[in-house]
Amino acid sequence: MMGRTIFIDPGRCIGCQACVSACRECDSHRGKSMIHLDYTDPGMSVASLPTVCMHCEDPVAPCAEVCPADAILVTADGVVQQADTTRCIGCSNCVNACPFGVPKIDLQAKLQMKCNLCYDRTAYGLAPMCATVCPTGALFYGTLEELQAERPGVQVADSFVFGDVVVQTGVAMVVPADKVQWPVPGGLPVVEINGVDVR
Amino acid sequence: MSTQRIPLDPSLAPPGTRNFRDAGGIPADQWHADQNGETLVPTHCCFCGVQCGMYLRVDKGGKVFGVEPRNHDINRMRLCPKGINAYQQVNHPDRLTSPLMRRSRDEPFKEVSWDEALDHTVAEVRRIQGAHGNDAFGLLGGASLYSEKTYLVGKFARVALKTRHVDYNGRLCMVSAAGANKLAFGIDRAGNPFSDILLTDCLLIAGSNVGECFPVMTQYVWGARDRGASLIVVDPRETAVARTADVHVALKPGTDSAFFNAVLGVVIEEGLTDEAFLADHTTGWAEVKATVAQYPPARAAEICGIPASQIVQVARMFAGAGNAMAMHARGVEHHSQGVENCLSIINLCTATGNLGKPGAGYGTITGQGNGQGGREHGQKSDLLPGGRSIMNEEHRRQICAIWGIEESELPLAGTSMMEMVWQMQRREIRGLIGICNNPFVSLPNYGTVKEGYDTLEFHAQFDFFLSETAANAHVVFPVTVWAEDEGVMANTEARVVKHNKAQEPPAGVRTDTWVMCELARRLGVGDKFDFPGSREVFEELRTASAGTVNDYYGITYERLEETGGIAWPCPSTDHPGTPRLFEGGTTFHPDGKVHMQVVEWHPPMDAYTEEYPLSLTTGRTVAHFLSGNQTRRLGALVEQTPRPWVEVHPSHGFRNGDPVRVITRRGSEVFPALVTEAIRPDTVFIPYHWPVPTAANALTIDALDPRSKIPEYKVCAARIESAERVDEVPAPPTAPGHEAYPETQVSRTDPLPPTAPQGRGTAERN
Repeated sequence: MMGRTIFIDPGRCIGCQACVSACRECDSHRGKSMIHLDYTDPGMSVASLPTVCMHCEDPVAPCAEVCPADAILVTADGVVQQADTTRCIGCSNCVNACPFGVPKIDLQAKLQMKCNLCYDRTAYGLAPMCATVCPTGALFYGTLEELQAERPGVQVADSFVFGDVVVQTGVAMVVPADKVQWPVPGGLPVVEINGVDVR
Repeated sequence: MSTQRIPLDPSLAPPGTRNFRDAGGIPADQWHADQNGETLVPTHCCFCGVQCGMYLRVDKGGKVFGVEPRNHDINRMRLCPKGINAYQQVNHPDRLTSPLMRRSRDEPFKEVSWDEALDHTVAEVRRIQGAHGNDAFGLLGGASLYSEKTYLVGKFARVALKTRHVDYNGRLCMVSAAGANKLAFGIDRAGNPFSDILLTDCLLIAGSNVGECFPVMTQYVWGARDRGASLIVVDPRETAVARTADVHVALKPGTDSAFFNAVLGVVIEEGLTDEAFLADHTTGWAEVKATVAQYPPARAAEICGIPASQIVQVARMFAGAGNAMAMHARGVEHHSQGVENCLSIINLCTATGNLGKPGAGYGTITGQGNGQGGREHGQKSDLLPGGRSIMNEEHRRQICAIWGIEESELPLAGTSMMEMVWQMQRREIRGLIGICNNPFVSLPNYGTVKEGYDTLEFHAQFDFFLSETAANAHVVFPVTVWAEDEGVMANTEARVVKHNKAQEPPAGVRTDTWVMCELARRLGVGDKFDFPGSREVFEELRTASAGTVNDYYGITYERLEETGGIAWPCPSTDHPGTPRLFEGGTTFHPDGKVHMQVVEWHPPMDAYTEEYPLSLTTGRTVAHFLSGNQTRRLGALVEQTPRPWVEVHPSHGFRNGDPVRVITRRGSEVFPALVTEAIRPDTVFIPYHWPVPTAANALTIDALDPRSKIPEYKVCAARIESAERVDEVPAPPTAPGHEAYPETQVSRTDPLPPTAPQGRGTAERN
């Protein structure tokens, strides 16, 4: 987990999509939103959660690892940047590699785009646009200490398990205080590989 | 009477809001922070009653081009999707930039000069009033106008048009709460500031989808939850806030007062009332006590369609908490018993002593940006500036002295907005000017509304986009959007905030103030309408409200810019304002007591039969605002929610996206089904922001509350059937020569419900 990062608290999310609209206003990808707002149990419940780039730390961001053009750079402070437009070839490797389904490809421009933690704002000491406007604090920007000062007893997780791989992330997720599972199961359970039941 | 005044504790901030730097780089409310060649103009959002602070980003050419969060006391940088996208209206291609005119509705609009449009309007006013009397011409205002303009609407109607027929669209919004507050407390506003929510031990939210209609208020609700407060939500639908509540009472629409009476009955039975408070600060308690005894939990449970145990649970939770707060919005007010519903909640708060304390109180959440301020200064048919009554001789004398007219010239009370439409049908009102409203979408029973407006001999409308109503008018005046003029609004907390001018209006566009003053000049009363701008109107408004309950006298533009907002009453320029009312249990009645009122429940006006067994209820969705005239033109919001839907319970056997015909006694329309467990099986819901043929308000009933005259939007009898295909959403009307803005046409014709109406269903066919 990075020092100053985003914490996602699905329990506070009301699905209003203010983050989606705010992300369009970010100057580094103006007009395009990089936030995915998911409804976990549509038709049964109004539960929702925003997904921003998790800025993976270990293994080094999978999207960057698989980029054949070395277009996805990670800054010293752990932020995984969106693809460098002078290098990106629009091959979609990063899209397939990301376990959280974050990057998007603009097929016409042959460019990848994703959340870069609002580098245009954080560089000036401002919070990312989504966490700034989020009306409920479902997206919180700050340090873990600041979060815990605001919300006593809050528990967070920054490692997620996908099959045999554990991914450690720079962005953390708030988990129910009475159900801390470590690491958090990510994605869907693997039930078969090449037709073989592996459960 | 004196109220102990407590300035708000600045350390009370919603959670997670302390570690942001304001991009202004300067304390909020200072003028013009210059950064990267752009200017940040501090102002507020134009939409709902929360009135979030924001900066508008203005480029070197003086054009608004973006939004930047602002660390204002109300919202601490938070914004909702409407607020984030609001700036896109300012330089939108659909803006009207020239007056439009036509002699009859069969002709197309022509662009004409301002003089021609104004002169024609004045000639029509003179012709109609000459032939049929002054009251044959009406004026309808709006609660999204700045308070200065609402003051002018009232004055223009009574001094220039000399008609009693003036009303405003806040009549559709929260007059039930206004009526109940006046009866019980002698003052019409919410009792507590938002920050009190952070201090409460139990929060009851009734008939309010806070997460969608007032998203930025949610941070206060969650802040209370962080402190361990319990949450009770009363709503037929499981909303985002209801999902996490300790108790979600999913009652049948139109049964609120039976529920709250029963809750109060249990509170009494279990000895949880605050007898000392009741003895010292109330009248009418004995009668209320006797009435609620008629509503035992078993009876109320049957009326409301909920388990009786929930009534007991809510009573214990609310009355057993240290400090409890009750807040409600349109869900309890949009009823033919809206005033009673509000009074039953007031009775519950009063009986438990939850009034006028930090974290304890009662309040309504205003829907429109100036829902609170819009009804304080004479826009309502029965009120004069400063909340004075137009039927009170003393009040009439005071206002006539300020306006410089004879008392005999001041008209008496008029009728409400819906009643005015009926009068149009009967040709009692033959001419109308509409300012900042869109009744073709927002009034119930569209068939009646259309007929009423079509019967008008002359109809002029002020707007900055061609609304569905303006498209039916004879004259349309292009006026400014909120960012092109300055003025004040009063938010839900009755905190008066100042909006600043961020850019010059486009050529050909004038402010509403200018148009009203110019019409007045041509009607021969220009000397009483000598207002160069909002500032001068505000000075008169201040003076006119001095000494009344709604006292603005101590509020000045300079003070508002310094402080970021002052809650009225504020009688002098060194007064800090009154964020919290009823300190020490004192109300604004002459005896200083809460006048508790007996409330009896009665069924909704539209009777259920075998033919119409279901309740149809309506409401908002987060991406749109009221009639959608603004939000249905902004690409991001249209993309988020391109079309309405009908929310139905799975028990009806529909699948997502199935075309469902919703039929009431007033009409029928077809919507895609959004199948969800999050609604009662006997209730269907349609969001109301769209015009015919996808208008919820073509189906709703125009029954009114006898006291507040609010329409019963929230419940009518309906049935649903399978249909062939859904009705397509019409493109918003545009001025001649303008095509519909392409960005807002995406997915407008999509036959499926939007993929993300707050997670209430899925667009995939199951």
